[in-house]
Amino acid sequence: MAEGKDNQKLLEVKDLHVSFFTPAGEVKAVGGISYDLNYGEVMGVVGESGSGKSQEAYSIMGLLQSPGKVVGGSITFEGQDVLKFSKEEMTAFRGSKVAMIFQNPMTCLNPVYTIGNQLVEALRAHDKEISKADAEKRAMEMMEMVGINNVEKRMKQYPHEFSGGMRQRVMIAMGLICHPQLLIADEPTTALDVTIQAQILELMKALQKKTKMGIIFITHNLGVVADICDKVSVMYAGKIVEQGPVDDIFYKAAHPYTLGLLRSMPRVDADSYERLIPIEGTPVDMLNPPEGCPFAPRCEHCMKICLKKMPPYVEIGENHRSACWLRVQEYLNKKSDSREENGNEQ
Amino acid sequence: MGKYVAKRLGMALVTIFLVTCLTFLLMNAVPGSPWLSEKAPSEATLAALNAKYGMDKPVHIQLLKYLQNLLKGDFGVSLKMQKNRAVLSIIGEMFPVSAKVGAIALCWAVLVGVPLGCLAAFKRGKLTDSILRVVCTLGISMPSFVVASILLVAFAGGIASMKIFPTIFDPSVGWRTYVLPCFALGFYPMCYTARQTRSAMLDSLNQEFIKTAKAKGLKNSKIIFKHALRNALIPVITYLGPQVAFTLCGGFVVESVFSIPGLGRYFVQSIQNRDYPVIMGTTVFLASFIILMNMVVDILYKIADPRINLTKGGE
Repeated sequence: MAEGKDNQKLLEVKDLHVSFFTPAGEVKAVGGISYDLNYGEVMGVVGESGSGKSQEAYSIMGLLQSPGKVVGGSITFEGQDVLKFSKEEMTAFRGSKVAMIFQNPMTCLNPVYTIGNQLVEALRAHDKEISKADAEKRAMEMMEMVGINNVEKRMKQYPHEFSGGMRQRVMIAMGLICHPQLLIADEPTTALDVTIQAQILELMKALQKKTKMGIIFITHNLGVVADICDKVSVMYAGKIVEQGPVDDIFYKAAHPYTLGLLRSMPRVDADSYERLIPIEGTPVDMLNPPEGCPFAPRCEHCMKICLKKMPPYVEIGENHRSACWLRVQEYLNKKSDSREENGNEQ
Repeated sequence: MGKYVAKRLGMALVTIFLVTCLTFLLMNAVPGSPWLSEKAPSEATLAALNAKYGMDKPVHIQLLKYLQNLLKGDFGVSLKMQKNRAVLSIIGEMFPVSAKVGAIALCWAVLVGVPLGCLAAFKRGKLTDSILRVVCTLGISMPSFVVASILLVAFAGGIASMKIFPTIFDPSVGWRTYVLPCFALGFYPMCYTARQTRSAMLDSLNQEFIKTAKAKGLKNSKIIFKHALRNALIPVITYLGPQVAFTLCGGFVVESVFSIPGLGRYFVQSIQNRDYPVIMGTTVFLASFIILMNMVVDILYKIADPRINLTKGGE
């Protein structure tokens, strides 16, 4: 669908701020993140629980739960500012342009309606012209596409008659039924068995190839990221601490947090006696975030400045940037080196 | 399904049997007798009356005899209030009056209560919600005779210029006569239903599938009435089942205040008069009705929520 637009921007998020106004005070769940996503690109968003990765995705869909609010920044989708949409425009946008699938397929389908009913409903919410029979036909095609057999019978069944993996397939079918340009997958495999996880990932990869949609894949599993993503944003305490092409993140990680994540991940090629190294400390208290870099209190390379000021982004390589004072230092050193060299030449 | 119904019917019969025995024994344990009045009858008269209606025998023999008659469909005859009239024919006359008032009351209670509950849940924490909460708490905590009295004072002559409705129930006047009793009788279930719907809706609106429905781009009305409400209906149905039986069989207080010749009022009067067969007849009738309503509720569950498996749950 998006052929020929391979290098054009589908989604552009700029300096997005999301806050939750709780009785205990303002919680800055997302504190100024920026990224863009081209047509047909798959971006992984990695981070631990509470890092704001889901809230960031919900704000694209306008699904932030009260008391959460977008307090700054912009989200541009195909040139339109999503945050300026009216209620009706937002309703029309959700599901047709952007679809979302969630973590727990066991609770995401309404238990009292048949699968067919819920699929048809998703289609008819946006395509008012389509007849019921056509919609059902299309729903069955979608179910076949996501690898569900015996669709005529399955259409008439209720969610509790499906296994977890099958329900996630239904969720995917439901998300894709209106041909969205972007699919936001919020930890779609986390609640599933490992074997089923692999199947769902394979399915998503295959569907992505087929439909050329963009995907934002939210996960805390770096293994999943390596498998499916073109690029990765690593989030910590509401900020993107590092982003770049997937290979760069894995082989040239520049932020101590990313390195920590990589070291805490089991590897197939590791020696059997090698231990995993956890990231010490606990996640940030988002009500009272520390001054400076949020990761500083847990960081083994923590310097004085880290506790005082948030580091700026430093370009590490092409499209690869990281927010860490270590890299700032390296960058400055490199710059002064090259200046010296230049000076020597003169 | 057939097996399930058969099983439930069997259990129902056991329940009715127990209710009958218990009521019979308790009723006889309470002092007093149907023959007592201001002018005490002579010993000889009492003995003759007791012998005539079989009340001279020990209680367990009387109970057996009653059960025997019950199996034959014979509920006995009234001893005092409408002397020698068959209890069944009394119930047959009184129940439709109660049922009509009760049905109207319950209809408005549900038709107003459920949407109000949805509204309150949707406007949670806003002014509408607060107002509704006050009204519902009032309705639940206010005894129905207070509601009925207020209505009488306001609309039936207490304020002369506002005498819109008749004070005393009289079907020949037409629909006007039903307004106040039905309102008074339905006010409590309406408030209760609204509150129950509200909390069930809030619960339902917090479910993940509501997020899915939103993400699909459904309209708010569809999210609330299609996705949330149907899931919220189960606790409401649970409450309504027995409530239907109680309301249809007559609210004693409301029937007394408006002088409605209904079953509820008659039931209480029969207790005051120790009219044993009438007490028994009404109790058995009410118990059967409640059991029946509970069965209807279970079947409605199945319709509201396909996950509920009646046959498995019953075994």
